[in-house]
Amino acid sequence: MRFSGFRVLKEALTGHHGWKPLWRNPEPQPAYDYVIVGGGGGGLSTAYHLAKVFQGKRIAVLEKGWLGSGNIGRNTTIIRSNYLLPGNEPFYEFSMKLWENMEQEFNFNAMVSQRGILNLIHTDGQRDAYRRRGNAMLLAGADAELLDREQVRTMYPWLNFDNARFPIKGGLLQRRAGTARHDGVAWGYARGADLLGVDIIQNCEVTGFRIEAGKVLGVETTRGYIGAKKVGVAVAGSSSRVMQMAGLRLPIESHVLQAFVSEGLKPVVDGVITFGAGHFYVSQSDKGGLVFGGDIDGYNSYAQRGNLPVIEEVAEGGLALMPAIGRARLLRVWGGIMDMSMDGSPIIDRTPVDGLYFNGGWCYGGFKATPASGYCFAHLLATDRPHETARFMRLDRFERGYVIDEKGMGAQPNLH
Amino acid sequence: MLIPHPLLGPRDAQEFTYLGDASLLNRPDGLAEGALDAFNRHVYLRDNPAGVHRELWFHEQGDRSWLVVTRNTLTHEILGAELARDVALAQKGGAK
Repeated sequence: MRFSGFRVLKEALTGHHGWKPLWRNPEPQPAYDYVIVGGGGGGLSTAYHLAKVFQGKRIAVLEKGWLGSGNIGRNTTIIRSNYLLPGNEPFYEFSMKLWENMEQEFNFNAMVSQRGILNLIHTDGQRDAYRRRGNAMLLAGADAELLDREQVRTMYPWLNFDNARFPIKGGLLQRRAGTARHDGVAWGYARGADLLGVDIIQNCEVTGFRIEAGKVLGVETTRGYIGAKKVGVAVAGSSSRVMQMAGLRLPIESHVLQAFVSEGLKPVVDGVITFGAGHFYVSQSDKGGLVFGGDIDGYNSYAQRGNLPVIEEVAEGGLALMPAIGRARLLRVWGGIMDMSMDGSPIIDRTPVDGLYFNGGWCYGGFKATPASGYCFAHLLATDRPHETARFMRLDRFERGYVIDEKGMGAQPNLH
Repeated sequence: MLIPHPLLGPRDAQEFTYLGDASLLNRPDGLAEGALDAFNRHVYLRDNPAGVHRELWFHEQGDRSWLVVTRNTLTHEILGAELARDVALAQKGGAK
């Protein structure tokens, strides 16, 4: 079933009886060539690219709950490629390019909106840092513009430019960045994968790995044993728990990050604004709600909910930047579990267990990476070699001293 | 979250900063055989359990003591707190 304007018109005239479920609900087969553990953004994107780009056959995605029930459905939907380090930026720019074409490619409306992201500058030091970052972005083929105070004022005249502590002095703008409909991304990849013959098996929790002589043979699940030539794990916040079943300890801590949405307001924020100094960022959804967030709560957590002090802190940041929202009411607050790695950058790599591959450590930045994360993981699964843009994202880089530490914070996950 | 400080009674967790797993108290011997591997495990690898977790909190805006707090990462329930000093001394084989 392909979506098109003609199809919408036809269904509208015939009572909408022709729409079918977007994917099948198959029973698990006894064995597959590839088993992907985790039916979130990363897992579905991996399965899609494995089938589409690398012509993989007999692929299954195993999901503990329902499809897209983890962080792909809980994030603040921002896509961008404004990283600094050579280990990261080419990867995120590759992801950005995939975002730009994904809807045509998988024939599904993911509402990708390149509305621009603006990182605010308050000091000379910050301007120098952002100029350097902008140059690094340009070198990797991304776009970046350094704006002065008046250019920022033209875009967002209602920001608080004369805050005593953090007066706005300019900003780094990436126009190609923006937002996407997060659920649409999961559904689009799921449907695309399903159409290519991938079995998406929901309510199927992996409870163990069958490993013999250092090689993985398959996975034990709540729906029985499933054999596999290769197993790829992409389970974000549950990474440590799942990989522990294969006897691995990871350079990862799980932390909770909260996100917020206000009541629906008239259009006011037409892009994404980040106020790093105040630990606050904001965009506006198409329904009108301000979607915003701040830092992680800062302690290990698997609870998918945070505590009030961070809510207060984020609200303070928002109010400092946009005093006009003082009377807007908060509609919802929720939390997701972040797989915070020890240097703040992700891992896409083989593991010491033959045939077992790991994709994780996305910290609070996995959503923007969804397309490239899946593409590069599929590349690794299919060819046993890392994709060119993900070749620094190794599992053993910590041991070897090749960390990718964007913030220079060291092995302290709650500071990344 | 309220942390039951062994000296000061219940204190708001906001007065503390968080470091991480209490295993960070066990710094490996840098001169021992296999020190490189031991330090890799010490600095970078974590158990990261879903459930009871022993972890280091620093009472930065209080009496500046380090605590080992036992907390459930699934519920955020705090089960107890000890002075990190006492824990470290006990691990070394009794107070000196």
